[in-house]
Amino acid sequence: MPEAAMIRTRAQASTSPFADNVDYPSLLGRPIVFLPALALLFEALRWWNFGSSAFGRGLIGLLHLSGLNPGADNVIVSAIAALFVGFNLAVVMRLRLRWQVYVVWLELAGLILVFFYSFNLSFEFIARKIGFLISQGLVMTLFISVVSIAIASALALLGAMAKLSSNGIALGVANFYTSLFRGVPLLMQIYLIYMGLPQLGYVVDAVPAGIAALSLCYGAYMTEIFRAGIESIPRGQWEAARALGMKPRSTLLRIILPQAMRVIIPPTGNQFIAMLKDSSLVSVVGVWELMYLARTEGQSEFRHVEMMITASLIYWLFSILLELIQGRIERYYGRAHVR
Amino acid sequence: MAAPMSAEIPAIEIRRLSKWFGAFKALDDLDLTVTRGERLVICGPSGSGKSTLIRTINALEGFDEGEVVVEGVRLTREPVVVEAVRRRVGMVFQQFNLFPHLTVLENCAQPLRLVRGLKPPEARERALHYLAKVRIPEQADKFAAQLSGGQQQRVAIARALAMEPSVMLFDEPTSALDPEMVKEVLDTLVQLAVEGMTMVVVTHEMGFARQVADRVMFMDAGRIVEQGPPEEFFANPREERTRAFLRQVLRMG
Repeated sequence: MPEAAMIRTRAQASTSPFADNVDYPSLLGRPIVFLPALALLFEALRWWNFGSSAFGRGLIGLLHLSGLNPGADNVIVSAIAALFVGFNLAVVMRLRLRWQVYVVWLELAGLILVFFYSFNLSFEFIARKIGFLISQGLVMTLFISVVSIAIASALALLGAMAKLSSNGIALGVANFYTSLFRGVPLLMQIYLIYMGLPQLGYVVDAVPAGIAALSLCYGAYMTEIFRAGIESIPRGQWEAARALGMKPRSTLLRIILPQAMRVIIPPTGNQFIAMLKDSSLVSVVGVWELMYLARTEGQSEFRHVEMMITASLIYWLFSILLELIQGRIERYYGRAHVR
Repeated sequence: MAAPMSAEIPAIEIRRLSKWFGAFKALDDLDLTVTRGERLVICGPSGSGKSTLIRTINALEGFDEGEVVVEGVRLTREPVVVEAVRRRVGMVFQQFNLFPHLTVLENCAQPLRLVRGLKPPEARERALHYLAKVRIPEQADKFAAQLSGGQQQRVAIARALAMEPSVMLFDEPTSALDPEMVKEVLDTLVQLAVEGMTMVVVTHEMGFARQVADRVMFMDAGRIVEQGPPEEFFANPREERTRAFLRQVLRMG
């Protein structure tokens, strides 16, 4: 391959803005790092008695070791595990960047699943319950999250505009709002709305109370994200739009916000993922969402772990979905910056 | 006395204008009249108030005393008044200030739709017309970051011209450009001058001033130190401060 072409492919292989054209040897690619690292791994495995762990015992059985000398078995199994990790690293290091990511994901996900598998779960029980968990629990969780996300975004935009305005009342309200709802635990907010408001004569159902608490709390966090995003846009953009005769509102909506989105999207994606899981707090007021059902359905047959793990995997799956959506939106708002 | 004919109303009239930034007096009791079709070049050391002065004309900068009248409209802080003035005045910035999230075409067309209420096809057509005028129509679908500095500044000029203002303000339009791109922007300005646009240009490009200016004005410490037709201004500047400044700038140029 001609040198120029090679330089280009390397630079293109990474999407990092800090990728450059100098090839430093990868850290683990150097024997002086790689070998001591393996030795360290071996020593750590041996120290924590890898031989007597579930993994280790499985390996001992596989190798038909005597089991008479646990110390020797531990050393042998630890050495084999360390060598396997070393071999695996050496292979993965030679793959292209994209494949490296895939393989690492697969291996780590496999490890997690093996970890769950080691709990001796009853898959029959999971299969029996998962339909209800999804049709009632997941649907409710998604409903609460999506509605709360929408309201929180609207609150955040309002809050950010109030914080950036020169109106003292708006500023005061926004400051108080973010301070209160970021400062009080979300669980408390849910209780206050569900059980406190009836004291004033307003009885709120569990679902609307949960949505209100989640929206207010996340709206407060996101107010700060939106404010920071809007403030990151250079003043010249505002001036140019105003000098052209655009009104403040259309300047904000058409010029400032679309640019601020690049800064706003990544932390907002974070918030959405956090909210998906925090929606489980609504279970304390008896909403039949995913976590509530996972707890109650497991109770009847003492199969708590099955339900908790199933619910966790469902949360994770939908977090991954949100990550993918976030990636798409980031690419959309970043398209003007592709050279 | 009869009411003045519209032709007699100056494009810009500034009387006894003063502005403070805290304790610093940025503009000091300044008077200036720009007639229609006049090309005024303002130069001066940094901090002399030249940018502040032209930014008061379209109310990007407020002022403390005096008055600014643009085409007969006396500038206040009223939204209607400011909008009326900004409708008549276009501005080009040192840093271009193109909208990076919009294409070149949309940079010009969106304000036309939002401010002038043009329908999308008309806005597009007018935007393309002015992009052609600054000789950049083939870049219409690119984003600003994909253009050179000189091209970006020409787009910024097209964007301002598309609003069809009667006065154009230029705040150091070539100061942020690489040397080889200065000419393409100056050529655009010269073309505009030839067509009779009223222009106020803050610049250190003395060659440009000599070529197109009707009047060159030197500012220092918020005051007009000296002004006159370019031949006179450059041939025998009266004030020592002007001479010192010109020595500096011309040596650079």
